[in-house]
Amino acid sequence: MPQLSLTGLVKAYGAARALNGASLDLRGGEVHALMGENGAGKSTLIKVLAGLVRPDCGQITAGGAPVRLGSPAEAAGLGLRFLHQELQVMPGLSVAENMQIARAFPRRFGLVDWRALRAGAAAALARLGVSHIDPAMPISRLGPGDQMLVRIAATLVEGGAAPWLYVMDEPTAALSGAEAARLFAVIAQLKAAGAGVLYVSHRMEEVLALADRITVLRDGATVASHLRGQADQARIIEGMTGRRFAALYPPKTAGIVVAATGAEVLRVEGLAAGNLHQLDLAVQAGEVVGIAGLAGSGRNAALKALIGALPRRGRVDIGGRPLARNPAGAWAQGMAYVPRERRSEGVMVLRAVAETVCLPHLRGVFVRRGPQRKLVQEKAADVALKARGPGQPVGQLSGGNQQKVLFARAVAGKPRVLLLDEPTRGVDVGARVDIYGLIRNLAASGVAVVIASSDLAELIGLCDRIAVLNAGHMTGILPTAGLTEAGLLQACYGVPAP
Amino acid sequence: MIGRVLRGYGTLMGIGLLILFFWVNLPETFMTARNWLNISQQVSMLTVVAVAMTVVMVMGDFDLSVGSMASLAGVVAAVLFVNGYSVPAGVAAALMVGLVGGLVNGVLVSLVGILPFVATLATLTMYSGLAFVLSGGKTIFGRDIPAGFAGFAKGGLGLWQGDGKPLVVPALTLTALAVVFLVWLVLEQTTYGRRLYAIGGNSEAARLAGVRVTWLRLTAFGFTGLGAAGAGLMYAARVASANPVQGSGLMLSAIAAVFLGMTMAEDGQPRVLATLAGVLVLGVMDNGLTQMQVDSYVREVLVGAIILLAVSISALGRRVVGGR
Repeated sequence: MPQLSLTGLVKAYGAARALNGASLDLRGGEVHALMGENGAGKSTLIKVLAGLVRPDCGQITAGGAPVRLGSPAEAAGLGLRFLHQELQVMPGLSVAENMQIARAFPRRFGLVDWRALRAGAAAALARLGVSHIDPAMPISRLGPGDQMLVRIAATLVEGGAAPWLYVMDEPTAALSGAEAARLFAVIAQLKAAGAGVLYVSHRMEEVLALADRITVLRDGATVASHLRGQADQARIIEGMTGRRFAALYPPKTAGIVVAATGAEVLRVEGLAAGNLHQLDLAVQAGEVVGIAGLAGSGRNAALKALIGALPRRGRVDIGGRPLARNPAGAWAQGMAYVPRERRSEGVMVLRAVAETVCLPHLRGVFVRRGPQRKLVQEKAADVALKARGPGQPVGQLSGGNQQKVLFARAVAGKPRVLLLDEPTRGVDVGARVDIYGLIRNLAASGVAVVIASSDLAELIGLCDRIAVLNAGHMTGILPTAGLTEAGLLQACYGVPAP
Repeated sequence: MIGRVLRGYGTLMGIGLLILFFWVNLPETFMTARNWLNISQQVSMLTVVAVAMTVVMVMGDFDLSVGSMASLAGVVAAVLFVNGYSVPAGVAAALMVGLVGGLVNGVLVSLVGILPFVATLATLTMYSGLAFVLSGGKTIFGRDIPAGFAGFAKGGLGLWQGDGKPLVVPALTLTALAVVFLVWLVLEQTTYGRRLYAIGGNSEAARLAGVRVTWLRLTAFGFTGLGAAGAGLMYAARVASANPVQGSGLMLSAIAAVFLGMTMAEDGQPRVLATLAGVLVLGVMDNGLTQMQVDSYVREVLVGAIILLAVSISALGRRVVGGR
């Protein structure tokens, strides 16, 4: 079995040590999960593997012999392949072209031999057991899950150096449940063929189900390396954060709050927009309602339609009055929204924290910087934001802190309804616990919260009720008391709950 | 460290060096109050166009039609004067043409959804054509231009007595400064301006955060058109004539000034005062090189080279800072 060891890695940037004695032991035929909070050194460690960062000191050995990882070419030569979180595909090209873009295309009479190109791609896809993707299809027509499969298959096209280790950085972040299941099947297949996988993810359930070995990083150092079954969720979280959490999810308070206020804040009847065809929902003050469904079920369209970013049909009332059909009007009526795509829909990387937080709440002609600053400092403290100050550009913050900025922005206007689309995507456990607590506190103060998420455990842990969408239609609304992930997943697939 | 210094102060140091260079080479004439007032008047039209351009460039947009809009506005005013209209009527009509022309750009860009480059390239041609149609392709000058109009550009605010002759801050300079202040106020101190910056940061994110992106883009183009028309009137008053091509040099210089200014900002975004510094670089170079009797074609080569130098240094500085 091939094997690669990294021991005692140190990498300093100025005074800060991104890696401080990290070690990692990778073997073929094994799924090795790498866990750690944002800033624990996971990305730097991956960059070392990729040959993009040279450690200041430490040993790297393959099969006991020292090796160099000085460039991406050397990493590839050692059989390492990387699947990054943000997919890089060339949207104008076909699946087959995307798979073989890094090498010379097969040629005939000096021109591209399309038939051979497609055959090579089809063979590689078949090796993964994937038969539903046509290599001639433009890659832009595939969903993110299929694009991921294409990129894995691309490493299996004949003629290249045979890879034995796949490094997957948050591979399921953009995938639906079904797509993720397909990816897991492929991982099992790679493993059976003797390849290793380094799997980086914030999703605890996934890691526990997949990993043969779990390495936990904290502050640039390896704090633990567990074999499958040696550690449970609580122990891993404790390793990552260095503190103990009583529970990942806060206690549910809706019963109490709803009884106290009892007011219906949001009423949705026959909502249709994009791939959503039918959603009916009534949310009371203090309630947290989830929207579950597979990718393409209309889950995300629902929230975009509610904030007014998608044209919609149907009736939506907020506090008994019709809701505006554009984002500006919806915010003004007390809707607040945290979008799914943090970078493309959420933050402006160059703008300061204060400007981002205040943007939806600007009123009047002139900017009042004094009160603005005070509001921002208050809200930043509420969400436990780690930033240099209100003037720091948002792009300089970690992903989890950017998410907190968007949260601070959503709650700065004292919303009546809070819409959250994948609120903890790419957010580490510590920040997650903060965000969950924050959502519950808001609900307890009488805000109605609607959450769309692909993380079923999160929905069950956080929500009072979950509306289930299947192919654009709402098939039911389930109370979360006693609901299991398996039960919710079945409902998402349209199978009646047992 | 070096990178950060170059990024923050590179352009300012460049201006300093430029001034020093001309001071040494033109010891008699360059570093005098009179010359600086002269420069300020020479750049006043460019200043107005450049800060107006800054308004749309803050959103990441462009307006290529400002030059031909300036020409058109001058021609509109002159044609009205020829037909016996009063100075206020001609000025108001020309400004209105600028506002409407700018809003047309805004509609094309924000409502129709054409790329600003393409939309304003088309309107550039249209506005230029209109200017030719209205003027019949001729320069309108002489007795047709009322003294009250041209006289404005000759006036100013008298200062101290220098070497016997009074020093006068030209009215055009004062006008330009007023426009700079106004645009600064709008962009930096109003919620409108901050929303424009948010659109420039990420327009989809801004829309989802409740910014009326379509409406704001539309109106911002109106501002720029208005500014271009104002500059056209200033130009026409200064030369006491109007012809359909007299504003055409303004567009490229204005974009160059905004870009030069952007090299000064830490985040590389357009700011009004930075644009003003960019205008100053162009104005000082033009003035100094002219006094040194450098051939005007050579001057263009030099100006282009200086712009490239400033932007390159800024880009390299950014790379030094970014790639640790």
